[in-house]
Amino acid sequence: MVHTWSSLISTLFLLLLCITGLPLIFHHEIDELLGYDPKPEIVQPGAVKRSIDEIARTALANDPGRVLQYILWDKDEPNNVIAFTNNKVDGDPDAATLRAYDAHTAKPLGSVGGGPMLIFLKLHVDMFAGQPGKLFLGAMGFLFLVAIISGVVLYWPFTRRLSFGTLRDKSRRIAWFDWHNLLGAVTIAWALVVGATGVINTLAEVMLSQWKATELADMVKPYAGKPPPVHLASLDRTLENARKTAPDMNVSFVAFPGTPFTSSHHFAVFMRGDTPLTSRLLKPVLLDGETGEVSDARDLPVYLKALLVSQPLHFGDYGGMPLKIIWALLDIMTIVVICSGLYLWIVKRRKHRSHAIAGQPLLQPSE
Amino acid sequence: MTAARKSRSSGNWWTVYGGPLLLSVLSIAGLLTALLSEGAGRYFSWIAVGAPVAITAWFFARRKRA
Repeated sequence: MVHTWSSLISTLFLLLLCITGLPLIFHHEIDELLGYDPKPEIVQPGAVKRSIDEIARTALANDPGRVLQYILWDKDEPNNVIAFTNNKVDGDPDAATLRAYDAHTAKPLGSVGGGPMLIFLKLHVDMFAGQPGKLFLGAMGFLFLVAIISGVVLYWPFTRRLSFGTLRDKSRRIAWFDWHNLLGAVTIAWALVVGATGVINTLAEVMLSQWKATELADMVKPYAGKPPPVHLASLDRTLENARKTAPDMNVSFVAFPGTPFTSSHHFAVFMRGDTPLTSRLLKPVLLDGETGEVSDARDLPVYLKALLVSQPLHFGDYGGMPLKIIWALLDIMTIVVICSGLYLWIVKRRKHRSHAIAGQPLLQPSE
Repeated sequence: MTAARKSRSSGNWWTVYGGPLLLSVLSIAGLLTALLSEGAGRYFSWIAVGAPVAITAWFFARRKRA
């Protein structure tokens, strides 16, 4: 019963998640192919990187009337500088424009993201329904976890007489029953990990609000009552100060004062390490928006670290192209599990109806 | 039913859950290895995370037709 209902309620949405998730595994490659992932020009010998202040001015000149929200450095593309502009510092994330600039020439290279993959991403993340849509999909993901665990429990009565990996083709129903059991059984761990990390990701905004209300609020206490900065400090000086605070780390992104990732008084420079794990574990350094001096730097709380580490485990983008291909195959296997489960339920219902009196349930636990 | 494939015994814990359990442990190990190590760890992670796909293909190849 738990297995039937947790699966049935979430089936449609899980199919949506699995199907939109499939191209998203290759998000980066597809964007590259379609020209939504601009590449830096070949670096001339002896070229020096432009100042970030200059790139920031170029970005603002390129999008007149807008403000900078974030400047980001892609780990795999160190010669690109990506600028986020929006109509105001705390503007709607969907209204943000992302453009890449060449780190050595400050030349605009084109917009980042967008295109058809953005549609898949929006469908996958919140079905174009904002935060409620996201939390709803989180709940569907939770039902998916319930369905997997209840499936593991049901696996015993249904397969105790069969050897592992039995595939019969006696009838269409039995064939799909065996495939449902086999594919479901071999993907348990992967599906639980991808499902659970997906659910964690739907709580990102909630966790960020929690961090802002507690740790960030505590860090910016000395600034309470002060007006927001009028003239922003030099970005180069600000980044330099942040690097001095965490000398063995690199800058991942800088959040401008007033954006969701910082306070209204501070730049927040998020630093990353350089191993697959530490590159995910960001450390924020808060710097005064007017002077660029460091005001505080603390590690993120455990729940945000868990969120950051859970992201690669959901995306499958951390082990090269072979891992992405395996991710896609496991996703397809999960789609088969969902569809065969739905098929088995429909067949069982039909049988129950037409053989209401003499009917014998055809697939039942062996005693 | 295909009697040859069907054990007459009532089944025991290990024959039912052994395979899925081993694959689960392998999958988790592979998922974490790719996260924690670069280089050689990647090769292990591909084998470990890909094991469910490989074993499914193997069962498919050696299935008995009715």
